[in-house]
Amino acid sequence: MSDFTLPEDKAARMERCAVFYTDAVPHNHALGLRLVDIGPAEATVELPYADFLVGNPETGVLAGGPVTTLIDASCGSAVFLKLGRFAPLVTLDLRIDYLRPARPGVSLTCVAECYKLTRQVAFVRALVHQGDKSNPVASAQGTFMRTEE
Amino acid sequence: MSETTPTPLPLAELVRQVRKSREYRKLTDAIPYTRYMGIGVENLAGEMLCRMAYSPKLIGNSILQALHGGTLGALLESAAIFELLLQTDTERVPKVISLTVDFLRSGKPQDTFAKALITRQGRRVANVRVEAWQDDRTRPIASAHALFLLAEP
Repeated sequence: MSDFTLPEDKAARMERCAVFYTDAVPHNHALGLRLVDIGPAEATVELPYADFLVGNPETGVLAGGPVTTLIDASCGSAVFLKLGRFAPLVTLDLRIDYLRPARPGVSLTCVAECYKLTRQVAFVRALVHQGDKSNPVASAQGTFMRTEE
Repeated sequence: MSETTPTPLPLAELVRQVRKSREYRKLTDAIPYTRYMGIGVENLAGEMLCRMAYSPKLIGNSILQALHGGTLGALLESAAIFELLLQTDTERVPKVISLTVDFLRSGKPQDTFAKALITRQGRRVANVRVEAWQDDRTRPIASAHALFLLAEP
C-alpha cells in the first residue's frame, strides 16, 4: 500500500477499510469479524456467534474477550474513517460496560464512532447490540494515540 | 476432537474439584474460549498465574508482529475470572460488569503472563486489578481493573 488516503467513494472506502478484517489482521480474521457498514467517522462490525467463543459452556454465552476484540477493532476503523486515511495508531485505553448478557446463538454488532480527534489523540465510543440498538449488550469508550510524527 | 465437547461435569462441581486438585487445565479446557486462546492457569514458584501461549492467530498487526489488543483484554479478564473462581468460594462464574484496560506497551509474538489481585470482595461485587507482562514483570504491557457481579441478591 503506497497510498494511505481513503477514497471519497463510499464503496471504495469500505473496500479499503475491509482489509483490516482479512488475514492482514490475523486475530480479526480468526474471530470472523466482518465490516458491514461505514460512515464519515463510524464503523459497524459484526462478530458471528461461534461455539469456540463461548465463555460459559452451561449457558452458551460468549466470553468477554471476543467482545473486547470486536470493540477494539471497530474503534480503530472509526478513527481511520475520521482521519480519512490509515495512520499508525495505538489503543491507549478501553472501558467496556456490560449492560446485559448476550443472547447465545446470535451475532454481535458493534457500532463505533470517533467523536473527537485532536492532533495526537482520538476519542471513540461504541455500542454493541444484537439487532436492536435500543437494547445494547455493551457500551464502550476508548482513546487511541496517533504515533506518527 | 470437536471444539465444543460438552462439559462432563456441571461447572460448579468442576470448579470445586479443581480448587482441590489444582489440575487447572481441566477447568481452562472446559471453557471453549480459553481453550481456543491458549489461556491457562499455572502455579509458578507458588504463585497462581495465567499464561496465554503465543500462536500466530493472536496477532493484530502483521507488519509489526504485535498481539491484538483484544487478546490482551481477553487474558486480563480471564485472569480475573480464574482468580475469583479458584481463590474465593464463589459458586458460579462471576459476571463482568465493567472492564477498563490500559495498553502500556506493544505485545510481542511470545507467551504473555497475567496476575490478578482481588482488591475488594463484597457479597455481591468484587473489584479486581490485573497486570500482564512478557519478559519482564516490572514492565507490564497491559493492565486492567474490572468489576464483577458474584451473586444475585
